[in-house]
Amino acid sequence: MKVVRIFVPSDTTALSLGADAVAAAVEHEARAREIDLQLVRNGSRGLSWLEPLVEVETPAGRVAYGPVRAEDVNGLFEAGLCSGASQHALFQGRPEDIPFLRKQQRLTFSRLGLSDPLSLDDYIELGGFQGLARALTMDKEDIVRWVTDSGLRGRGGAAFPTGIKWQTVLKAPSSQKYVVCNADEGDSGTFADRLVMECDPYMLVEGMIIAGLAVGATQGYIYLRSEYPLAQRIMNEAIERASQAGYLGEDLCGSGYRFDLEVRLGAGAYICGEETALLESLEGKRGMVRVKPPLPAVKGLFGQPTIVNNVLSLAAVPFILDRGPQTYADCGMGRSRGTLPFQLAGNIARGGLVELAFGATLRELLYDFGGGSRSGRPLRAVQVGGPLGAYLPETQWDTPLDYEAFAAMGAMLGHGGIVAFDDTVDLRQQARFAMEFCAVESCGKCTPCRIGSTRGVEVIDQLAVDPEGNLALLEELCETMTDGSLCAMGGMTPFPVLSAVRHFPEDFNTQRESTDSRESV
Amino acid sequence: MVEATAVRPGVIEAAISTHRHRPGALLPILHAIQDGLGYIPAEAIAAVAEALNQSRAEIAGVLSFYHHFRSTPPGSAVVQICRAEACQAVGGRDLERHAKQRLGIGYHATTGDARISLEPVYCLGNCACGPSVRIGDAVHGRVSETVFDALVDELSSDVVKVQ
Repeated sequence: MKVVRIFVPSDTTALSLGADAVAAAVEHEARAREIDLQLVRNGSRGLSWLEPLVEVETPAGRVAYGPVRAEDVNGLFEAGLCSGASQHALFQGRPEDIPFLRKQQRLTFSRLGLSDPLSLDDYIELGGFQGLARALTMDKEDIVRWVTDSGLRGRGGAAFPTGIKWQTVLKAPSSQKYVVCNADEGDSGTFADRLVMECDPYMLVEGMIIAGLAVGATQGYIYLRSEYPLAQRIMNEAIERASQAGYLGEDLCGSGYRFDLEVRLGAGAYICGEETALLESLEGKRGMVRVKPPLPAVKGLFGQPTIVNNVLSLAAVPFILDRGPQTYADCGMGRSRGTLPFQLAGNIARGGLVELAFGATLRELLYDFGGGSRSGRPLRAVQVGGPLGAYLPETQWDTPLDYEAFAAMGAMLGHGGIVAFDDTVDLRQQARFAMEFCAVESCGKCTPCRIGSTRGVEVIDQLAVDPEGNLALLEELCETMTDGSLCAMGGMTPFPVLSAVRHFPEDFNTQRESTDSRESV
Repeated sequence: MVEATAVRPGVIEAAISTHRHRPGALLPILHAIQDGLGYIPAEAIAAVAEALNQSRAEIAGVLSFYHHFRSTPPGSAVVQICRAEACQAVGGRDLERHAKQRLGIGYHATTGDARISLEPVYCLGNCACGPSVRIGDAVHGRVSETVFDALVDELSSDVVKVQ
């Protein structure tokens, strides 16, 4: 009898919408119908609004149905799911033909959702470890030069040229160097790191090995946030299997080089996404921000030269080494080269991962990809770049998505998170939340951040009493925070606050009951 | 209030002996203790301090810095509600209010029957399908008030559920 291959995704989003129950129902129906089923728990394609997106292999390629609930499965089998029948309301056709996916430029995420994330054979079959194979034939200097030539800039938010950072670590004299992956993806509206780790974990492993080869580091750490238990399980298993297969450890791939890799769990502190706080945390201390210089590249983990790169930066490296720096640099605009995996989130009809070359506009993302709001109401504000990113009004949605263009208007792309709000949003409440979040998450080292954020909440609450006087006070407070904080936490919390005040003044002028001031954290 | 019960013997010692020689051992040790006991009891601080040759103040300082670590026993299930912006954009604030009302407690508190502890969380990485709630290690997406009530009902009827 013919084997039927059905794919039910198993990333956090699919699971959060019942993918396990769907998988169980698929097995149940197949058994009842005596179908020889091969069930694959693949990763997600990143089309979050269609999750769980069930796919079936047909002679004409894979065909998708979604969003599938367990109670839909019987009907799907009745309609002819196993042969890819189109007569069903959930039929989506070939996944790669879905416009949301078709219009993307997936360089880093080319394998996303295609197979079982932990299958080494699948990874290799889909082009995995080719970048590493190339790197093993190259000099350290050449690997670093390729990364520099690709134009890759830190995808965590700071956008520092990755190759320059590697060069500094390479040149730093030391017998022990480290590669640290910042997987403390704390920005609301971002989940691209999680998708890498849950759906294509060997890509991160490969990127980190290449980084280790490039600078002569023998130990790597993935600093992972504790809010991602599934990513932790998958990364640990991937590291175990990669070690067994000889890609990690002593004499990796018979090259004579050594690289060990380990996942370390954070403990629910947003500030540990800041690289120096992260290093303190890895050393077993409170996540307090360090003064720079010295840069981590010179004096990082345990005082040794350390590469600290975001998941997405390291995940881009295998492609660059495999296909050459120019192929990567050919995408993008200005000084923003390559692609950025944008993440469409919040009140959006079609949320998910959109990997695109720099230069598209927010409007394209929000409407062409996102399909407008999920609620059906008009979109009003968009926060780009996480909780420290500005709230942008519609007049700014045509700005090209490019590091410099965003910086020029007092905003930032950050980690590529895009959170959409409809017209029910109250920007005064959002500004208050930005201050409140800073108060909760500040490491406490700088007074403007530690105290200023608490004062900020109070001043915003007082706006109802004296709008004019308190707005002036708020502006002054924000200036102090911007100028007087060591890191982006205190330094950039004013971005969402002041952008809300400037672009949505009508939300601040009305005398309104301060309802949220009663709510405690 | 949750009754303080005797700490299960061996967990603290095992956590220390397994991890003490790793570089930057403190967080792995604290995670192992909390994974084993559900929280980090006061007596663990002295034991860990001695093992790592650090002061008790240093250990307590680290413990209190991180939101994940708790120094009191949790309820049988820990329910985390995402407070971050992407969830706010799709009704997260209303869900927070509803959850507090339904459980009759605020954040960082445990229900009188010791079954459920309510905690805020800032992002579960499920931002396209919020509002999101985490119970144990399971994340739930698009949680309406009805869905939340069903999840709570399940926890309340499941007496032996220990995460």
